[in-house]
Amino acid sequence: MAGLATSLGAGAATNSLAQMPDIDTIFLFGSNPTEAHPIVSLYLKKALKKGAKLIVGDPRKTWMAKRADVWLNLKPGSNIAMMNGLAHVILKNGWENKSFIGQRTEGFEEFKVQAAKYDLNKVVKLTGVKKEDIIEAARLYADAGKAMIVYGLGVTEHQTGTENAMAMSNLALLCGHIGRPSTGIMALRGQNNVQGASDLGPLPATLPGYQSVTSEAVRKKFGDAWNVEISSQIGKKSVEMLEEACHGKFKGIFILGEDPAQTDPNVHEVRKALKSLDFLVVQDIFHTETTKFADVILPGASFAEKDGTFTNGERRVQRIRKAVEPVAGMAEWQVICKLANYMGYPMNYNHPSEVMDEIASLVPIYGGISYDRLENETLQWPCPTKDHPGTTTMYTDIFARPGGLAKFMVLDHKGPGEVASKDFPLTLVTGRIREHYNNGSMTRRVPGIMELVPEELVEINPADAKKLNISNGDMVNISSVRGKIKARAKVTNRSQAGNVFMTFHFEDALTNILTSEHKDPITGTPEYKACAVKIEK
Amino acid sequence: MSDNTINIKMNGVAVQCGLEDTILTASKKAGIRIPTLCHDDRLEPYGGCRLCIVEVNGGMRPLPACTTPVAEGMEIRTETEDVRKIRKSVIALLLSNHPNDCMRCESTGDCTLQDLSYEYEVDGSQYEGEKCELPVRDDNPFITFEPTKCILCGRCVRICNEVVMAGTIDFNGRGFDTIPDTAFGKPRSLDNCEFCGQCVSTCPTGALTDKKARGKGRAHEMKKVRTTCSYCGTGCNFDLNVKDGEVVKVTSAYDAPVNHGNLCVKGRYGYDFIHSDERITTPLIKKGNKYIEATWDEALEYCARRFSDIIKKHGKETVGGFSSSRCSNEENFLLSKFVRTVFKTNNVDNCARV
Repeated sequence: MAGLATSLGAGAATNSLAQMPDIDTIFLFGSNPTEAHPIVSLYLKKALKKGAKLIVGDPRKTWMAKRADVWLNLKPGSNIAMMNGLAHVILKNGWENKSFIGQRTEGFEEFKVQAAKYDLNKVVKLTGVKKEDIIEAARLYADAGKAMIVYGLGVTEHQTGTENAMAMSNLALLCGHIGRPSTGIMALRGQNNVQGASDLGPLPATLPGYQSVTSEAVRKKFGDAWNVEISSQIGKKSVEMLEEACHGKFKGIFILGEDPAQTDPNVHEVRKALKSLDFLVVQDIFHTETTKFADVILPGASFAEKDGTFTNGERRVQRIRKAVEPVAGMAEWQVICKLANYMGYPMNYNHPSEVMDEIASLVPIYGGISYDRLENETLQWPCPTKDHPGTTTMYTDIFARPGGLAKFMVLDHKGPGEVASKDFPLTLVTGRIREHYNNGSMTRRVPGIMELVPEELVEINPADAKKLNISNGDMVNISSVRGKIKARAKVTNRSQAGNVFMTFHFEDALTNILTSEHKDPITGTPEYKACAVKIEK
Repeated sequence: MSDNTINIKMNGVAVQCGLEDTILTASKKAGIRIPTLCHDDRLEPYGGCRLCIVEVNGGMRPLPACTTPVAEGMEIRTETEDVRKIRKSVIALLLSNHPNDCMRCESTGDCTLQDLSYEYEVDGSQYEGEKCELPVRDDNPFITFEPTKCILCGRCVRICNEVVMAGTIDFNGRGFDTIPDTAFGKPRSLDNCEFCGQCVSTCPTGALTDKKARGKGRAHEMKKVRTTCSYCGTGCNFDLNVKDGEVVKVTSAYDAPVNHGNLCVKGRYGYDFIHSDERITTPLIKKGNKYIEATWDEALEYCARRFSDIIKKHGKETVGGFSSSRCSNEENFLLSKFVRTVFKTNNVDNCARV
């Protein structure tokens, strides 16, 4: 999300999902919505039925890729080269939106020079995509009246994730495809409340509402409201806390509802870090790989056991409501308050609605949001005041950057942190399947789902399978330089030759033992989408 | 009158409609109810069941409201004696090939056919004839199909093909033997079905039901709690159906702003974890190699003491918190506040930004 924030001003999707059926050209990149976001895919299917053109950028032959007008089957990690190449074609043919660039952007001249360096011969070599396909994709996108880029974790889960997102912004700015209904950039969020969790401040450099801890005015506002002095020192990212723990320099962590020991890449290091801590508290609804390292395990409440709100990928703030009592008597919000009180800081609320009132008073983009309004209205932030209707389309007149202009970013192809080699000749791409979710702690406890998908499958192209003498259903060893796991092979054209695909939903086949330690240096997002592996029977 | 409005009269009341309106959509704007069986707002108009017929001035015969576009000056009557009579016959014909076993049907209380039979005072006795005798099909984890209760409205087939584009089911057979079914009548599996349950959500009778919830309670016994799905970031709403303190079913929220009643397999059927017996039900404190059950007060007092000791000994920059994209906005805000006000550092982060 840092990518969009740098280019456009806010790290969030620019439009509403409901606008999708009216798109003329869909540019779907690094996203497999029919599996990972099925209801978003229904909107896109509606657009396709209405005649929308479809460009898909994905190394896998997904449902959408099969139906695409142009499928850009790029090599994992070559996103920036792909985007620069598209920009090159657009500029070479004069398809760019000159008035939009002139009125609403900055940094174009530098960008133009950079794009000129990405001639098609170079881009074909870096991405593996055919020349004609690149030209056709550029034409379809640039020509459209309403074009929307829809991207997923195939963009962000790379070591160049932030830059990949910026590269998508560049393309949208170049064609002026932003700031209108059905025209913009939609980032599809992996988890239910990624957006809200980013918005509301469990981040080391920003207080709730993306307000910087380095600003004295911001610190004073929060300090006054909370009756403490806010530290001006930027905090440590989760990966940094864990790294320091490995060296004995970080001592205590409270983990709320996360499972880094299964879902973080290179889980060996994470486990070492958790083991090294003096004191670890983990609150979760189930025992996970992470709770095994805890000194205190606190029971969590599921979404059905508490009141609250989630903010979805289109910035819509929506209620969750308590349907049954918390299984251990208390929900997380009550536990945090109680712990604060035990440590001498008075923190008392009768109901989560009072927390939302405090959020509204401190976070301008949530300023007009209250539980009362959410009973009758559906609101997308920014919603600064009680009479503001919320914002469906962002940036209709100005961007949220100083001066109101969006910025072209100059970006270079770097490729993935790890590439296939003689010893590890295949590239592993990880992702989700429709039936399961994340570490599987929820879906593996749904008997019907386990009946359908009981185990991890490694998807491998028929050509690779033949070379390795692997048949469908064979148990195989998958190893990277970091470790080895076993899974059953699924021979399918969905994976391109040279690439294999696995999920990370199963405890007994911990895919993230294989994935690499490379991460985006800006956000710390791990590179789940490319690492080198070998497969043996 | 602007170019984009059409003025009609419905049951004597003036209604302003748009160019895209059908008589049915116009009736909804006017707050007038026209009965339907084969219609679902999520689907294209179909005109199959003939329940929604209305009288239109100057029309030779009654017209289906769902497929007839409005036209300037139309005068429509929705409840004349003639249309009521026709609707009665349509319902009677449907019931002539229906088990009429409402007393033990899973969908009792949540069945449009039952409601209309009640409203139009029709039972299954008017017409005698052959009845479908196919067995119940529940050869999969989530969806039960009772062919005898199917009225061939086509909603399941259409939602599967029009909306989900999964192509799992279509009409098989001809004439009296027609049923919506998978290709070659094979059991539903991941080879042919996404198990989104969209077909169940649109079925107006007891033909398609949620297998896991069968026998777990009647519609009127359920407390319905509107909430937001906790899986991916799309933000679908649905109703948790609660009976005796237990979530026994998820049903569609048709007015939900994001998903309009549509759900995927996880949203509709992925709720069992809530009442899993593997849930952590009490705080646990590690003593040696064992976890000992503790009360909330014991556990939190212990946590407070340990964190305070570390801060005293090693300084506040050696402690921190990880928050979760799985938790609510309020909880994320509070954890952020907690680390800043209690630990007095900015060492707080989302664990993995995915």
